[in-house]
Amino acid sequence: MLTVSNLRKTFNVGTVNEVRALRGVSLELPEGAFLVILGGNGSGKSTLLNAVAGSFRLDAGEIHLAGQKVTRWPEHRRARLIGRVFQNPFTGTAPTMSIAENLALAARRGQRRKLGWALPRNLMDELRDRVSQLKMSLEDRLDNAIGTLSGGQRQALTLLMATWLKPALLLLDEHTAALDPKSADLVLRVTEEIITRHRLTTLMVTHSMQQAANLGDRIVIMHKGAVAYRFTGADKQRLGANDLLARFEDLRRREMLDETAAALLRETYL
Amino acid sequence: MTLFLGALTIGLILSLLALGIYISYRVFDVADITVDGSITFGAAICAVLIVKGTHPMLATLAAFGGGLAAGAVTGILQAKFKLNPLLSGILVMTSLYSVNLHVMGKSNVPLLTGRTFSTWAEQLGRAWFGKPEVNLLGWLISARDLVTLLLALGMVVTVCLALYWFFRTELGTAMRASGDNPQMIRALGVNVERYRILGLALSNGLVALSGALLAQYQGFADAQMGIGMVVWGLASVIIGESLIGSRSLGLAIYGAIAGSVLFRLLVAIALRWGLNPNDLKLVTALFVFAALVLPQWLQRRGKRET
Ligand SMILES: Nc1ncnc2c1ncn2[C@@H]1O[C@H](COP(=O)(O)OP(=O)(O)O)[C@@H](O)[C@H]1O
Ligand SMILES: [Mg+2]
Repeated sequence: MLTVSNLRKTFNVGTVNEVRALRGVSLELPEGAFLVILGGNGSGKSTLLNAVAGSFRLDAGEIHLAGQKVTRWPEHRRARLIGRVFQNPFTGTAPTMSIAENLALAARRGQRRKLGWALPRNLMDELRDRVSQLKMSLEDRLDNAIGTLSGGQRQALTLLMATWLKPALLLLDEHTAALDPKSADLVLRVTEEIITRHRLTTLMVTHSMQQAANLGDRIVIMHKGAVAYRFTGADKQRLGANDLLARFEDLRRREMLDETAAALLRETYL
Repeated sequence: MTLFLGALTIGLILSLLALGIYISYRVFDVADITVDGSITFGAAICAVLIVKGTHPMLATLAAFGGGLAAGAVTGILQAKFKLNPLLSGILVMTSLYSVNLHVMGKSNVPLLTGRTFSTWAEQLGRAWFGKPEVNLLGWLISARDLVTLLLALGMVVTVCLALYWFFRTELGTAMRASGDNPQMIRALGVNVERYRILGLALSNGLVALSGALLAQYQGFADAQMGIGMVVWGLASVIIGESLIGSRSLGLAIYGAIAGSVLFRLLVAIALRWGLNPNDLKLVTALFVFAALVLPQWLQRRGKRET
């Protein structure tokens, strides 16, 4: 379904701010798989998702999605296949436009937009129906500007928008991180429900070990722009939040070891 | 009364300019100075065609087309060449100055001979009222002025309805979203750059339309007539917003019209009271400055006091 091979990306090449954000990442995701991506701050999780979505040109590597090579497709073209929810609730919705208009825009994701009425009666009925399934009493406020809603409400709607037309791939980038615990739980419940119901192929980035342990059927832990650990199948099911924490501790210790080793070398040879 | 009628008519004609500015300034969040060139461009195209004997309707439509093209160029500079929006506008405005002189062949084209909307209004006035003057609520006014006003009103209402309809279509909502949140709408499959070009084209098309009508109303096109028009349009949009609000699309469009008409009336009154016409642009600019800065300033003061 999704094949990502040897992705490389360096930002700000040749400056003091040069960052090697992706150093050869490869992933293989069969249809219906749900991959959770963990990793420390700056380990390249968002960059990986952005690469798949097409937000920038890669330095090297290839991306195949739904049987097509999309490596050179611009972002708006890949949107035909990809639904996306961002970390920031403000990113996923157009604040001055109404809830209904936002959803209607999503109902034509990746399709030609013509001079037909954006909110025909039958679409409005469908909107009301699917929004009421969120159980957030938003179905009576479809004409309100979406910017007046809370972060949690907006994130739930963004999720609905991203999956309104079944995407070949759903990308979630720490989409509950900016929310208060109660809203985060709610959005997470909706996420699980939608993914299971439509059997969506999903890439989800999270910083929560608990979420990673509970959700998905496979895990990848990223470190410094590369994949450090992978778990699938029974391995993944056996993994608890504490085991994941232990792996992080491992990575940290290894890194410190690297640093002391480097210091030793420096002392010896310089 | 004649003065009032005239101010109302010009206010309505310039409200098409305000609608254009509404699109660039409010939908795409750029102060698009292309406007200074495209309003003259519209006037120039229209005037030259009318002098050549073209039907005024066709000449006006041609002006709209010219504006579309000018706006598209600005949009392409911004979207494809990644130039700063302000600079893109400045470049196109400056080039339009030469283009306009070429189109007109001189710096001023009078419309004394050709058939325009104004001559049409005169005929209609005679046909409807049978005499050159009409009694309106006790005021004796020229039938021609009254019909001109009604024509302008009809034109503006038509454009407003068309614009309102457009912004509620699939294409139009996607355009609004391109301005509101480009990242979001790109993730929904919209080529944001293309919509920006389309939006700026539409904006300058309306501005050129306004220029074409203005030329016919005042009876000439002039190479200098566009100077400061962007500020004029901004003032109208800002007044409209503070009076009518911008809670919904319909209100925002209505606000731009009302703002333009009101501003023109205020200016007419100020001129009547002895404002030096030379100071007009300065006063307009100061007005826009105040309207942009005062709300922030009041807010900050309010915060400090609480
Ligand atoms: N557009 C960009 N320009 C420059 N540097 C970037 C850009 N995007 C990400 N980076 C850098 O790449 C590294 C990885 O970032 P990111 O993928 O956002 O990490 P995270 O795993 O926390 O999501 C960071 O050092 C970040 O500063
Ligand atoms: Mg991130």
